[in-house]
Amino acid sequence: MKDTLVNKAVKNAMTFAMTVVLAASSIAFASTASAEKVIDNAPQVSTLRGTTPLNAEATPPIIDMVENNDLKRQRDYPQQPPTIPHDISKYQLDKNFNKCMDCHARKFADEAQAPAVSVTHYMNRDGEFLGEVSPRRYFCTQCHVHQLETEPLVENEFVDMEKIIRQSHKMAK
Amino acid sequence: MKKIMHLLKLGWTILSKPAVHLSLGFLTISGFIAGVIFWGGFNTAMELTNTEEFCTSCHEMRDNVYMELQTTIHYSNRSGVRAICSDCHVPHNWTDKIARKMQASKEVWGKIFGTIDTREKFEAHRLQLAQNEWTRLKANDSLECRNCHQFDSMDFTRQSKRAAAQHSSALASGEKTCIDCHKGIAHKLPNMEGVREGTSPH
Repeated sequence: MKDTLVNKAVKNAMTFAMTVVLAASSIAFASTASAEKVIDNAPQVSTLRGTTPLNAEATPPIIDMVENNDLKRQRDYPQQPPTIPHDISKYQLDKNFNKCMDCHARKFADEAQAPAVSVTHYMNRDGEFLGEVSPRRYFCTQCHVHQLETEPLVENEFVDMEKIIRQSHKMAK
Repeated sequence: MKKIMHLLKLGWTILSKPAVHLSLGFLTISGFIAGVIFWGGFNTAMELTNTEEFCTSCHEMRDNVYMELQTTIHYSNRSGVRAICSDCHVPHNWTDKIARKMQASKEVWGKIFGTIDTREKFEAHRLQLAQNEWTRLKANDSLECRNCHQFDSMDFTRQSKRAAAQHSSALASGEKTCIDCHKGIAHKLPNMEGVREGTSPH
């Protein structure tokens, strides 16, 4: 009986201590948060979650259609991996099988009329050519992405390298 | 031995003699009714083995192929039509269906002796299992696909350019059949080394 009483007292003391610590930390957090607010006057950038409160379930936006017109897009810079101009949903791309290569492998480019993957995909990092696609290039979607038929979320201010060169030439004149 | 022979003889004498107390009409009608019940029962029992519940009652199917099917368009899609296991894996034609069901007795053997009772064993047999199905579909011109996807009902203008091009040439001429291009449509593909070179890592 005595033992349990002592235990209870210890428990109470611990709960109190924890409450104090928690309160202190929350006050500290609140103060830093408010301090940030004062400093940062930039417009609020919403996260993927948007303005949905944490305890509510967000309504997911409608999924946009995937561009599926098979038309090549212009590349913004020479090294840009070309975008995928078709739907690739449900394509298997794992350690067993690469659905992209079902058409884009050199051997199947004729029957599928798909562009064969370029020779750089057969190079290892030492610049040596391998007999088959280099393991570091195997997972196509690491670099190549499909496009959605939607408006861009943020404005793109990218300027083409050629344009910059041309401008500098003009300036020199 | 003597006793068994005696019993067999007794049975034969009963069967070979014409009925004494039962009328021919009774025998004919009861025979007809019994036939209907047996035939109906046989087909009902066979149909039971064609249900999704039956197929996924074994963990070999439930944890491997059924899991994979669930991510594909044949399981859930915009129009809400689902193809269940038997739609693709059991022929609809009766004689072909019986032939397939007899083949399936090998699968009972596999179940009893645990041929694919772990994920590793299943993966080891996957290519062979897949090839069995590809061979069957290639031989019957993808009949199970065509039970739903009829060539005559295909509207090429509603297909993507690439799909329309392939369907109106290779498929239309009979040069290729559905399974030639649509392997792995409902389940994951294994390493395709030796089947389609260049699509799988060595």
